Amino acid sequence: MTDALERIHLQIMWDRLISVVEEQAQTLMRAAFSPIVRESGDISAGIFDLEGRMMVQAVTGTPGHINTMAASVHHLIRHFPPDEARPGDLWMTNDPWIGAGHLNDFVLVKPCFLDGRVVGLNACTSHLADIGGRSFGPDAADVHEEGMFIPPVKLIDGGTINHTLMTLLRANSRVPVQNEGDLYALIACCEVGEERLGDMMREFALTSLAGLSDHIINTSRDATRARLRSWPSGTWSNEMMVDGYEFEIRIAASLTIADGALAIDFSGSSPASRYGINCPLTYSQAYTVFGLKCVIAPDIPNNAGALEPFVVLAPEGSIMNATKPAPVVMRHIVGQLLPDAALGCLHRARPGSVPAEGTSVLWDLPLRGGFGIYHSSGQTRFALEMVHNGGTGARPSSDGLDATAFPSGVIGTQVELAESVAPLIVWRRELRPDSGGAGCHRGGHGQIIEVGSSENATLQLAAALDRITYPPRGREGGHDGARGILCLASGRPLNGKGEQDIPPNETLRMETPGGGGYGDPATRDPALIDADLKSGLVTPAAAERDYGYRQESAST
Amino acid sequence: MSENAASQGRVRIGIDVGGTFTDVALETGDGRLETSKVPTTPRAPERGVMNGVRLALEKAGISVNAVLSVIHGTTLATNALIERRGARTALVCTRGFRDTLRLAYENRYDQYDIWLNKPEPLVPRHLTWPVTERMDVTGTPLLELDETSVLELAGKIRNEGIESVAIGLLHAYANPRHEERVRELLLGECPGVSITLSSEACPEVREYERLTTTVCNAYVRPLMARYLAALAAELAGAGISGPLLLMTSGGSICSLETAVSFPVRLVESGPSAGAVLAARVAGRRGEPRVLSYDMGGTTAKICLIDDARPQTARIFEIARAARFMKGSGMTVRLPVIEMIEIGAGGGSIAGVDGLGRISVGPRSAGSEPGPSCYARGGTDATVTDADLVLGRLEAEGFAGGSMTLDADAARHAIRQDIADPLSMDVMAGALGMSEVVDENMASAAQVHAVERGKVLRQCTMIAFGGAGPLHACRMAEKLGIRRVVIPLHPGVGSAVGMLRAPVAFEVVRSLYMTLATFDPAVVAGIYSSMAEEASTIVRQGAGDVSLEERRSCFMRYLGQGHEIEVPVSGGTIDDGEGKVLQAAYDREYARQYSRSVPGMDVEILGWKLVVAAPLPDDPETEMTVTSDQGAGSPRRLVVDLATGEMVDVPVFSRGSLVPGAVFGGPCVITEGQTTTVVTASFHGRIDCHGYIVLEARETTPS
Repeated sequence: MTDALERIHLQIMWDRLISVVEEQAQTLMRAAFSPIVRESGDISAGIFDLEGRMMVQAVTGTPGHINTMAASVHHLIRHFPPDEARPGDLWMTNDPWIGAGHLNDFVLVKPCFLDGRVVGLNACTSHLADIGGRSFGPDAADVHEEGMFIPPVKLIDGGTINHTLMTLLRANSRVPVQNEGDLYALIACCEVGEERLGDMMREFALTSLAGLSDHIINTSRDATRARLRSWPSGTWSNEMMVDGYEFEIRIAASLTIADGALAIDFSGSSPASRYGINCPLTYSQAYTVFGLKCVIAPDIPNNAGALEPFVVLAPEGSIMNATKPAPVVMRHIVGQLLPDAALGCLHRARPGSVPAEGTSVLWDLPLRGGFGIYHSSGQTRFALEMVHNGGTGARPSSDGLDATAFPSGVIGTQVELAESVAPLIVWRRELRPDSGGAGCHRGGHGQIIEVGSSENATLQLAAALDRITYPPRGREGGHDGARGILCLASGRPLNGKGEQDIPPNETLRMETPGGGGYGDPATRDPALIDADLKSGLVTPAAAERDYGYRQESAST
Repeated sequence: MSENAASQGRVRIGIDVGGTFTDVALETGDGRLETSKVPTTPRAPERGVMNGVRLALEKAGISVNAVLSVIHGTTLATNALIERRGARTALVCTRGFRDTLRLAYENRYDQYDIWLNKPEPLVPRHLTWPVTERMDVTGTPLLELDETSVLELAGKIRNEGIESVAIGLLHAYANPRHEERVRELLLGECPGVSITLSSEACPEVREYERLTTTVCNAYVRPLMARYLAALAAELAGAGISGPLLLMTSGGSICSLETAVSFPVRLVESGPSAGAVLAARVAGRRGEPRVLSYDMGGTTAKICLIDDARPQTARIFEIARAARFMKGSGMTVRLPVIEMIEIGAGGGSIAGVDGLGRISVGPRSAGSEPGPSCYARGGTDATVTDADLVLGRLEAEGFAGGSMTLDADAARHAIRQDIADPLSMDVMAGALGMSEVVDENMASAAQVHAVERGKVLRQCTMIAFGGAGPLHACRMAEKLGIRRVVIPLHPGVGSAVGMLRAPVAFEVVRSLYMTLATFDPAVVAGIYSSMAEEASTIVRQGAGDVSLEERRSCFMRYLGQGHEIEVPVSGGTIDDGEGKVLQAAYDREYARQYSRSVPGMDVEILGWKLVVAAPLPDDPETEMTVTSDQGAGSPRRLVVDLATGEMVDVPVFSRGSLVPGAVFGGPCVITEGQTTTVVTASFHGRIDCHGYIVLEARETTPS
């Protein structure tokens, strides 16, 4: 009985720790200002042992932070050894190579004390709206043009906040009040975490986290390794071309599974770009492991043990491992494509185990008006990011999802709300027929959005979109999804990347990509083709062309 | 029993139709409460209702003539939405926006699940019909309504056999003119069709939620209209002439007419009635901060109650595809008592996951076949099986004596599904299940409280529902809660709660302004039209009584995502109101987030008005407190969670405990439909209302 009770207690303490870290995340979400934080949960929170091993991570959060934070803490405890920490200390950095891949993401780490002794660490990450520099958009020449760079520092030293630093942060932002609000939200998150961790340790009469940490990490590592052992051993590779900026990007991946471990190597991929679409390695690791984990071990909680069997390598200077001072602000545009590249390898290891390629990158429209040379034109000054998505890849046994975020978890912008807060008119937002790649299972459809100024004024767009030249590919005979389109309604194409103006009296038109299809279209269930025809999302012409299908009776 | 004249005219009946049982609570003016529990009759729920009403009247010895009013809550609308049994419905939308329902939030409800499918919209794409028109954000037409594009739809309505039409045009909350014209044109062509306008069902900005609300309403409206008419006829036929009132998700009651127009507001009425009961109990006891905890057969519901008023929200998810998973349902915008529902009930099924951890729920054995110990063919290990093995439940006398539980079957299920796979004995397996389900509930409550900026350890827990009192003390221990109250009739809490709800109606209108551009005349105008609408509706249910108005608005810092609700002054709204709102906003923001942000402009997204009739009298009477020591009593063996050993504890019958009776944990208190388990860290007494009040001991015995 005693042994059984001990095991039950370990499980309950693990559950409680997950609850504590979720409280941290909710505290951060509630108090945050940055829109992307509140609407899309662009945050993370975790609890670590004194060796810097991540014990638990909040489910609320974004894949971009999944294991960047686990790595950040190791960096920070090298700068600030926990045994020298004082109660009330709080460490901070936004170094993209230590943190979460660009300067907007701030990582805070707090040593947690119980009865005067340091017992563990907690950390949180969140996206600050503006840290100066050229602002959002991939056109900076190096990281220093992208904003204020803060190496690991003590934001709070023994309970005393560093006011000089806060003053500098305010002075270097276009939205100082919001930034300060976000920083205080991060601080509150760490403080709640320390307090609740203390409560939990007292309730279970713990003086150290070491035993619990070993239990969590060993259990999760063993379970992950067992999953990996159920996969075939060997090495598989995959290549993928994507649009890039000044050159097209080759993503080459070689994945090896052996003895309960997985290594993926991006050697052979394109070099870093001169524009801010590069990934620091930590960010490439985050998205790659997230994609792999979705297939291999989606139910095993994130912690140091669950992540340990996954190794991600990329040559220094490649676009997945761009080194300082490369510009990195829009690193998601490459990072979000890495799961597709990795899953392509898994497909070779075990056909039928992964979906076809999807849109994967966000299709967001950062729109501004009344800035720069339009400042004194009398038009309303505004900045709004309309966030949208294309279709996801078809699954081996079901269609892809229409206009749905993957791998990111962003929330789409509602038209009425966008029009409430910015001088815009959205003339159309609906699904894009025939965009999902044909297949036994069809890719998800993209969507069509048309937007113009309600004041007949110039709109400024800072585009960072992909899959306009290279569409999401189908698998096993499934067709590719439709390429994305970005143009003026009058027909002039726009670039997928970079700053461009939408003239007055013009409407911006965006057609997001469709997901790739899965399997030979000839094998698709005719009832599903009928349903697609009935809904109007597949046109009769496309049904005949792609599926060789002619409707019995024209009912529409 | 004598029917005294004073009480006779004041008999009220609350009826809660659940999936399995129909609960009836009948209360006389002098505070006598009689209850009945009969099986629900799913094909014609009005039959079960009448069975329950007759039984309660009979038990109370009261004639039908004495019934003043009947208050009814039903899961019928919710079930029709979950099971997709509603009317054949079409949606008329603005051209260019045919896929609002399908696009939804463009996200997946589970980050790691790449295999999930999202729920299909209630209206398929081929029945979603665009018309040419467009309003802008201020309600000014950018494109006038093309009436021929509307008239073309009449033929489709007939050909497709459409019973109900939802009309949801962009920015219709700002100007309903086009929606109203579409209705007029369609009714001219198809007079019998049921029509719901988004500008009436949910006049608020954000097209996805507004259209979802409108479509859900249209979808259940014909079904609910038929059912409510049938029930009203049955009641009248039985000689009950008092009005039939309906319980809403917002914790208030409304007239039959309102219910027929806006049946979507009837979803989750059972749980909201439970929260109303807890709020009244909190008020009577003067408990300022309360956690209401209602655990039944399938789920546990948790609600925060401040100053006897449950937390409310404007958004609710119906029919979650992945049971209880946030984001997997249809999001509607309507007044709701805010609660979280956890897949943790007596019937929740336990198992062992891939990491060798015990999992409990959200899958439930329900009541058919039910837990293994019901011996009705169920073989899964459930929470009720664990409670039986741990001695918290007794095999004899379960559910008011209607059932004898099979302890061997419970042990067998736990051995097979939990104990053997984990190489532990049955006792440890049961203890593990119980700890896990309690931890799940405690953790969900804790995270919910943090999301709302509340501190649970300062709260009193009010526990009810068939399984609530069994698990309340352990939950309280985990949450650091030091007082637990078990009200009277905890097993039929929702039916009793319906008797305690006021007639009220809530309207919200979207009208965007910032504090910098605050215009008192516009605000006064909108409130006067809202007051007219709401008062008319409330008077239908409450008659000619004095009505209370509560105004508030939804504010946020410019560009922030979450609005907070801030009170708006009653009476005349003048130039000074902008300053009043700024101050109220700063105060409320600081209260919720511990700081305010000086210098940021504040925007207002919507305006809310609640018009309420007075709360019904609560005829429960205070009782004389004696100093009874709760003379025990038979004893039984109940588990000690710390050691896993069975210990001998006294068993009290609740009926024998009079106000003033005191007792110490560990002990067990039994009554008809539930059992209260008092752990060693609590001692208790019966208060002057007859409630069981459990207080944590100063130091927890080890």
